[in-house]
Amino acid sequence: MPDEAPQRPLRLAGLEPLVIDETSLFVNIGERTNVTGSRAFARLILGGDYAGAVEVARQQVRNGAQIVDVNMDEAMLDSKAAMVRFLNLIASEPDVARVPVMIDSSKWDVIEAGLKCVQGKPVVNSISLKEGEAEFLRQAKLVRRYGAAAVVMSFDENGQADTYERRIAVAKRAYDLLVSRADVPPEDIIIDPNVFAIATGIDEHANYGVDFIRATRWIRENLPHAKVSGGISNVSFSFRGNDAVREAIHTVFLYHAIRAGLTMGIVNAGQLGVYDDLDPTLRTLVEDVVLNRTPADGGNPTEKLVAFAESYKARGKKTEEDLSWRDASVGARLSHALVHGITTYVVADTEEARLAVAARGGRTIEVIEGPLMDGMNVVGDLFGAGKMFLPQVVKSARVMKQAVAHLIPFIEAEKTASGSRARSKGRIVTATVKGDVHDIGKNIVGVVLQCNNFEVIDLGVMVPAQKILATAREVHADAIGLSGLITPSLEEMANVAAEMQREDFHLPLLIGGATTSRVHTAVKIAPNYANGPTVYVPDASRAVGVVTSLLSDELRDAYVADVADDYVKIRAQHAAKRGPKLVTLEQARANAFATDWSAYAPPVPTFLGRRLIGKADLADIARFIDWGPFFQAWELSGAYPAILDDAIVGEAARNLLAEGRAMLERIIGERWLEANAVVGFWPASSTRDDIVLWTDESRRTRLLTWRNLRQQNERPSGKPNYGLADFVAPLGSGVRDYAGAFAVTTGGGVDERVAAYKRANDDYSALMLKSLADRLAEAFAEWLHRKVRVELWGYAPDETLDNAALIREEYRGIRPAPGYPACPDHAVKADLFAALQANEAGMEVTESFAMLPAASVAGFYLAHPASRYFAVGKIGKDQLADFAARAGVTVDEARRRLAPNL
Amino acid sequence: MLTRLLRERILVLDGAMGTMIQQCRFSERDFRGHLHDHPHDLAGDNDVLSLTRPQTVREMHDAYFAAGADIVETNTFSATRIAQADYGLAAQSGAINLAAAKIAREAADAWTARTPDRPRFVAGALGPTNRTASISPDVNDPAARNVAFDELVAAYREAADALIDGGVDVLLVETVFDTLNAKAALYAIDDAFDRRGARLPIIVSGTITDASGRTLSGQTPEAFWYSVRHVRPLAVGLNCALGAALMRPYIAELARVADTFVSCYPNAGLPNPMSDTGYDETPAETARMLGEFARSGFVNIVGGCCGTTPAHIRAIAEAVAGVAPRRLGGEVERRVA
Repeated sequence: MPDEAPQRPLRLAGLEPLVIDETSLFVNIGERTNVTGSRAFARLILGGDYAGAVEVARQQVRNGAQIVDVNMDEAMLDSKAAMVRFLNLIASEPDVARVPVMIDSSKWDVIEAGLKCVQGKPVVNSISLKEGEAEFLRQAKLVRRYGAAAVVMSFDENGQADTYERRIAVAKRAYDLLVSRADVPPEDIIIDPNVFAIATGIDEHANYGVDFIRATRWIRENLPHAKVSGGISNVSFSFRGNDAVREAIHTVFLYHAIRAGLTMGIVNAGQLGVYDDLDPTLRTLVEDVVLNRTPADGGNPTEKLVAFAESYKARGKKTEEDLSWRDASVGARLSHALVHGITTYVVADTEEARLAVAARGGRTIEVIEGPLMDGMNVVGDLFGAGKMFLPQVVKSARVMKQAVAHLIPFIEAEKTASGSRARSKGRIVTATVKGDVHDIGKNIVGVVLQCNNFEVIDLGVMVPAQKILATAREVHADAIGLSGLITPSLEEMANVAAEMQREDFHLPLLIGGATTSRVHTAVKIAPNYANGPTVYVPDASRAVGVVTSLLSDELRDAYVADVADDYVKIRAQHAAKRGPKLVTLEQARANAFATDWSAYAPPVPTFLGRRLIGKADLADIARFIDWGPFFQAWELSGAYPAILDDAIVGEAARNLLAEGRAMLERIIGERWLEANAVVGFWPASSTRDDIVLWTDESRRTRLLTWRNLRQQNERPSGKPNYGLADFVAPLGSGVRDYAGAFAVTTGGGVDERVAAYKRANDDYSALMLKSLADRLAEAFAEWLHRKVRVELWGYAPDETLDNAALIREEYRGIRPAPGYPACPDHAVKADLFAALQANEAGMEVTESFAMLPAASVAGFYLAHPASRYFAVGKIGKDQLADFAARAGVTVDEARRRLAPNL
Repeated sequence: MLTRLLRERILVLDGAMGTMIQQCRFSERDFRGHLHDHPHDLAGDNDVLSLTRPQTVREMHDAYFAAGADIVETNTFSATRIAQADYGLAAQSGAINLAAAKIAREAADAWTARTPDRPRFVAGALGPTNRTASISPDVNDPAARNVAFDELVAAYREAADALIDGGVDVLLVETVFDTLNAKAALYAIDDAFDRRGARLPIIVSGTITDASGRTLSGQTPEAFWYSVRHVRPLAVGLNCALGAALMRPYIAELARVADTFVSCYPNAGLPNPMSDTGYDETPAETARMLGEFARSGFVNIVGGCCGTTPAHIRAIAEAVAGVAPRRLGGEVERRVA
């Protein structure tokens, strides 16, 4: 060990870290996934049996390999392609990928292709000075840029270093170049001082073992932080076929090399013995060979070992992976295979399970529904508990698919035998929505559905709504399944639902994915799709039940009704549930919008009291129509006027608008409707959250008290908790403020005409008239509000806003309407109508505070320049109780009135 | 300069851009701006706003600086050629990154001029793209990949060059859910630095996706750090996915093993589809937890990810003010242990 600086650790990573420092024991590098070293592995790769090849890697890791060496240098092979394919395959095998990879090739382009496949920190095996300094440095810089450590072979322009002196000279030259010229961290340098075969019978080879061990010691003492590695199996090459002796040689050689500082070695992890457990005779013979010693009783060490080895040949022992799980019941074995993603035995086990089911007269499908789904449920539970992670789940799905593939022919045969044509139970289009790439859950659902004889057309990830719908239509799908993991996907799912409604789909819509929930589906997605059922599917195991119910003629109606009932309840619960974080009412009031009343002179209305405006000019009012909501009423989505040029709905929107305008002309020209309004102004003041309207300037008699609510959600710093009372001067301020009120209707005459249209089976015109009357009522409110600002209250006589600016609410002052977000309590309408004597304009309020005719708008006017619309949002129990007390009603009554805000 | 400041105090990174943009409720027309003839929908392409609504982007940077951020991220999370291909804007990737870097640079310079004792910085954000280089998109073929390393390198190279040209102070490879994607970004950055003969600091920030404590591609935080350590980042950290509460054991693990500065900018809790911002936590809650991370000696850079707002950043900045930054002792501690 170097005397001054402590050794810097070599930090490698697969899915898990591997830190190699002074405290580390010898690191085993698995050698079996090497086509040059393992004929069995070469056969698998050349035969294209990559599943078998992966199994070799898995066994090595199970047997203790801490790094897996992968080598595809074989003349008959496209080494680059094989390297990439195999590395990609083991990347999907968490049991293997948890350890770092050693990318082993004598060809740089194979190494580089491999480096592009590995997410962890691998080791390159190897680079060397074989082709000169320039190429060596070029490769070394790339190794660093790809984030790998490197084995450096003791090889230079003159060939392999085979003596002690050459080994250390080449090692030092390479090390110095890497550190000084390629900026390689010295701890990432792993010198391989060449393990050559000993006991070959050739004298020059006799000291190879000793030279390697000495070179190892020199490197560890003279090249700071560098590590040493070697291909251990080479040393025993001359004893091929005699595994017992080879194992003894490896064990003894490693024993001495490790003591000299060998950090790691490429070994067959299953073929390492324990030095102390070796047969003492064998151990001594081997030690003489490795250390090139003269045996105690004289003679040639190699000859003695060769002679002894013959007697040992038969005793080769086999190391096996732990197969105890194979002794369990078939169900347990299938479950084990699913959980561990092992495909090796799955077909045989599935067949066994099938035969068992058949023996008791059952149907093949029971294998899927029974043991296989049980196993998948275990996978689901482990995943949910964080004990399995996504790549493992994907592997489990693959095992499942293989099992199912085995069963399908039997299922088909049973159907043919029973006379029923092999036919899919239904066709489901699945997709991960636009903006999201997560599809594992969706793939599993696809697998499970296919297992159960549904046809699944999977559109993949990032799928736009239009593609989903177009495909569903094209293939005559029976259901659509949407999946997504990230939060924005939730919005996109709601969008797909809305598109399904717009395009008049009636298919069931299934919702799944990690961030989705029953509540979200019920509250945010289902309401967009009134035509068909929207069903939340919590996990893949439920998918079959849900789809079966939805596609079954017998079960569907009851199931859909159940789900709908459930969602209604959820929506009610959700609406009643406290959403955002609330502050106390006291805190909210303390954070009210603050106005400097001393600096404010309220404008005085031109009259106090109420006034009737009868039979207003419809043509004049029509100029104030906001056409946007008109399209929404007809479920055409898009902003007006852009919607007219929309690629999809543009034509429909243009036709609708043309027909609407045509009817509007008749409404105006033939005076179908009557536009009546009442407007009034009164002295006003605020008391906390209430606004009081006084009968006259003496401000002694209350005309009405408008109990308002205050925003109670925790506000971003700097933003007040608004209440409408903030915009009216408080009673004690000495400022004489005013407020207004209004009620307008254009509904006179609507009902009769609508009824007439319906009698004539002209629902289109009936709906058109209603929607136009609504637009006219809103336009009338806009018209009147403008008249108030410019003339009746007169605080903005010079206002010149066009209709677009009015729609954007750019005017001064507001006209909050009871039942809208700023003042959600509808009940004040009764007092409002009474104060305005709105009955004289043909308007009334029902017991449940609906206005008649329907095409009516009523509200208050506030004039303060800072007044603005806002949403009260959720309120707390304290405000509910406070409101009840102020309004003089029970808390239960208040709760009913304010349900959406609780 | 950043290194010196990081030794002195905990620096504050900004919060979510996407959350603020969402709250603007932009229409397709707003997103398009002068690109009104573009044949593909652009709504949702937050990155294109640097071209079409630069003032909005600038205002967001200003809001975060005003809230107390030392570093803002460029609005380029999905601005690589690969991610922009979904909007038919692959060819604009360079322009988007350049514009975004310039907007953030101007904002930072303006704030630095206002308070010269408190310099402000710009981190050029390089997101994960929407593809995974080491995870198969096909359950039947685990060797399949939907993006090649070289493709990622080319896309990141283009983005990194534009960010550097636009004047960023540091490059931030963030929300790493597949470390191979990040390694491609780091490869591209290293290559860009080499060609320019000048380097900038790099921050790498991974994402632990679920209760398994792993990245989406299956790595533990420690394995993730070793896989990106070769670029000698100024800081390594975690962001997104889990909120601070669930992230704690993983940021603690990183703080233990990382022999560099540690950054942490979690989401505002777990996703809550019912909330306005899509997330659960109030500024006070997020700040309380990050303050605790700071006092526990885990972090050198803190900020927010999805669902965080300037109010969160203000609270976070207040929570870590005066708390000593984490000392670079990871390597030493490890040896003692």
